[in-house]
Amino acid sequence: MKKKRLWGTVLLFGCITLSMTTLAWSDGWEWGEGEEHEGRGFMQQTSGVAPVINKAYKNECSACHFAYPAGFLPERSWVKIMATLDDHFGENAELDAETAGGIESYLRDHAADKAPNRFSRSIMRSIGNQATPLRITETNYFRRKHREIPKRMVEGNVKVRSFSNCLSCHTGAVQGSFNEDSVRIPGYGRWDD
Amino acid sequence: MKNINILFILLLSLSQPAFAGNEVVQTLLNQYRSEGASQFDANKGKSMWQEQHVQKKSGQSVSCATCHTTNIRKAGEHIRTGKLIEAMSAVVNLGRFQDVKKVKKWFKRNCKWTWGRECSPQEKGDFLTFFQSQ
Repeated sequence: MKKKRLWGTVLLFGCITLSMTTLAWSDGWEWGEGEEHEGRGFMQQTSGVAPVINKAYKNECSACHFAYPAGFLPERSWVKIMATLDDHFGENAELDAETAGGIESYLRDHAADKAPNRFSRSIMRSIGNQATPLRITETNYFRRKHREIPKRMVEGNVKVRSFSNCLSCHTGAVQGSFNEDSVRIPGYGRWDD
Repeated sequence: MKNINILFILLLSLSQPAFAGNEVVQTLLNQYRSEGASQFDANKGKSMWQEQHVQKKSGQSVSCATCHTTNIRKAGEHIRTGKLIEAMSAVVNLGRFQDVKKVKKWFKRNCKWTWGRECSPQEKGDFLTFFQSQ
């Protein structure tokens, strides 16, 4: 009887250890924040995207909208966006040449085709070689990831209004984290599919 | 007593220029003058604020007040994005007009978006004077 209990305890601890290891593993893999590790190799391939670190980009662009991570669009898209700021999705967002130049080089250097993280690579794979999307929401990767979300939660939700407002639901977006666990849809709460 | 009242009124009227704007605004107004503008008029600014212009591309009729509201002491909201725009009045919003570059940037963008062209130095000066006046 005593022996059985001992084995039971050992088995129980074994299970706990194994499940915790698995959790820790998926923690590193799925919820990593991305580009803090400059070295090559395993740690770069996390699901986070590099958070925006450029001051001018952050200041100028987030005066009107969330400063989208550069790693969400290819270099050619950023070049086109920066060249057409006088008609920026219907708004005039012109900048002086010096500020615009600084922001453009930051975006180009950190664009999806230059960033090694998993998000950026998935986005690049979902865009045709000839395509130059101007909206992240236009990419197939984005569409696939959001297709199960009913319209009433986004377009029909006064606290969200558009899929362009990442921050309304992705609470970790500023830090470059877009995982599902940190999603909170205003008025609806967590999103579990 | 009467004398004190008169003195008080006199002091008040003397302090008036202090409300005419901060250094940034003065710098800009001087620049506009050097570019050919004359006397600035807050009332002119106020009427231009509500002037309707049809946007070429959208066909929509808009004015400055469309997003900023007619009462510049109140916060506005961007008609399309819903972005909150803090009050334009320098009297209630002390954070306004602290940066020459920022004022220039927004004049350029918003004149072009709303009127389809850049504003003249005279118009910009009238607007700035309007923002300081209420």
